[in-house]
Amino acid sequence: MSTIASLTASPPIADRRAEPSTAVAVRAVSKAYPGVEALREVSLDCPAGRLTTLLGPSGCGKTTLLKIIAGLIKADAGTVEVLGRTVCGPGPERAFVFQDFALLPWANVVRNVAFGLELRDVPKSEREAVAAHYIAEVGLKGFETKYPHELSGGMRQRVGLARALAVKADVLLMDEPFSAVDEQTRRKFQEDLLRLVAQERKTFLFVTHSIEEAVYLSDRIVLLSRRPGRIWKVIEPDLPRTLSPDQIRREPVYLDTVEAIWQNLRQYVE
Amino acid sequence: MPPLLSHPLALRFVSFGAVLALWEYAGRAGVNAVFPSVSETALAWIALAADGSLGKALAVTLTPLVIGVVVSALAGIGIGLLMGLSRRAEWLGVPFFIVLQAAPLAAIIPMLILAYGIGLATKVAVVCVMAVPVIVLNSYKAVRHTPGSLLEMGQSFLATRPQMIAKVMLPSASPVIFAGLRLGVAAGFIGAILAELLISPTGIGDLITYHQSVADYPRMYAAIVTIIVMSLVFLEVLGKIEVSVFRPEKRASP
Ligand SMILES: Nc1ncnc2c1ncn2[C@@H]1O[C@H](COP(=O)(O)OP(=O)(O)OP(=O)(O)O)[C@@H](O)[C@H]1O
Ligand SMILES: [Mg+2]
Repeated sequence: MSTIASLTASPPIADRRAEPSTAVAVRAVSKAYPGVEALREVSLDCPAGRLTTLLGPSGCGKTTLLKIIAGLIKADAGTVEVLGRTVCGPGPERAFVFQDFALLPWANVVRNVAFGLELRDVPKSEREAVAAHYIAEVGLKGFETKYPHELSGGMRQRVGLARALAVKADVLLMDEPFSAVDEQTRRKFQEDLLRLVAQERKTFLFVTHSIEEAVYLSDRIVLLSRRPGRIWKVIEPDLPRTLSPDQIRREPVYLDTVEAIWQNLRQYVE
Repeated sequence: MPPLLSHPLALRFVSFGAVLALWEYAGRAGVNAVFPSVSETALAWIALAADGSLGKALAVTLTPLVIGVVVSALAGIGIGLLMGLSRRAEWLGVPFFIVLQAAPLAAIIPMLILAYGIGLATKVAVVCVMAVPVIVLNSYKAVRHTPGSLLEMGQSFLATRPQMIAKVMLPSASPVIFAGLRLGVAAGFIGAILAELLISPTGIGDLITYHQSVADYPRMYAAIVTIIVMSLVFLEVLGKIEVSVFRPEKRASP
């Protein structure tokens, strides 16, 4: 089956391809910590309703960039626009999925997932209904009353994801969300994520260290150079999404893109 | 470990029993003429309890103690939070409370008597002076050490300042705050007994000094044991409050 054929055969995906507006626009952002230049004049666009991945060597400033977009860190120079508005702090249209989960240890799964809504003074019954929906969505049904220390790393990450989804933000910023989970969970989670991108029509900005993961999940991959982080290359893999996960991973497009990125990143290793 | 012993309560009873057995042995062996055995002490305790003098003495001792501990807890946690939240309060408060914590505070009791006389006020003041510094410093440190990732999480989900304090900082700090409270309560007990021994012999302090002066050592020990047990009960209640109010996850799986 050719890529073109599969695209026309499946309306949601064709739809997904035909919506190029920009959700996140980063313009010439620079950031230096005392003694460390983390980012230098970074500019990038994240298309709305798509998944964009940040990929780059450790310490190149990916987390810094994500937190600047989230409004948690101030940039030294440059601006960030999210859905057309300039960012000057955290906002309700963005939600962050933290690399270290950042769950409240004293709150059970329901309260953790509903925490963003609790902070917005949504009534208890209402926010718990929303939480229950997203708990089911990330596959944690039956664990509602467990506490974080009773969950595995992958399950905690799902709680963090459900919490971000529950506030119904349009832009999800995810910092290495699968770094703590095993390969099986990771694959399952990748499928969930692809389903969410298709269903929820949200914009995802995703940090990972895995080239395969980036290529498999992304509509757009932004390669960052070694510190100080600069945009180095933007790649748009065009995978036939109607195929099964295993088939996609055997497609020439997939394999070639992985190989091309590896060749690029290899220069940094040598 | 056999299942019976692995229960936390069982372990407590075993260690408690061992101490009692050792005490009984030491008392019977006649280590010292003024050291009664457990059984003698227990009989003395029953006698004291039966004639009502123990109950009266406890009430007298516990009044300044409870007032002092409650005041210390509220003021101590309040001041500690303020110091944890504001740089200026930190700058003002930290040196002061570190000096207070290090000072042998029993030495200022005469000063308090001079200021407040020998009544209830002085005793409450002694309890507070003993209990407040450790509560303040623990609360302050606990708030300062709120994990950065939880603060960022709260920020990113748009927590207001009061929400951040009530829903993130306080629960996160509660174990260390409660550790401070436990130390503070223990110090408060020392303060209460010191006040009774140094200011005016009343309550349990009076029972101790009186029975010492008439060489009724079993009764003297009965009074001492009573105040120790009261202190343990206080600490236990504190632990229960912490778990039920702030840290339900510790109740879920011990
Ligand atoms: N709070 C900080 N103070 C000082 N330097 C910092 C701080 N945070 C990050 N840095 C430095 O800035 C650089 C970029 O950090 P950042 O965490 O953004 O990298 P990263 O790309 O996310 O790395 P990784 O892939 O390992 O997570 C690093 O060299 C780091 O040492
Ligand atoms: Mg990082």
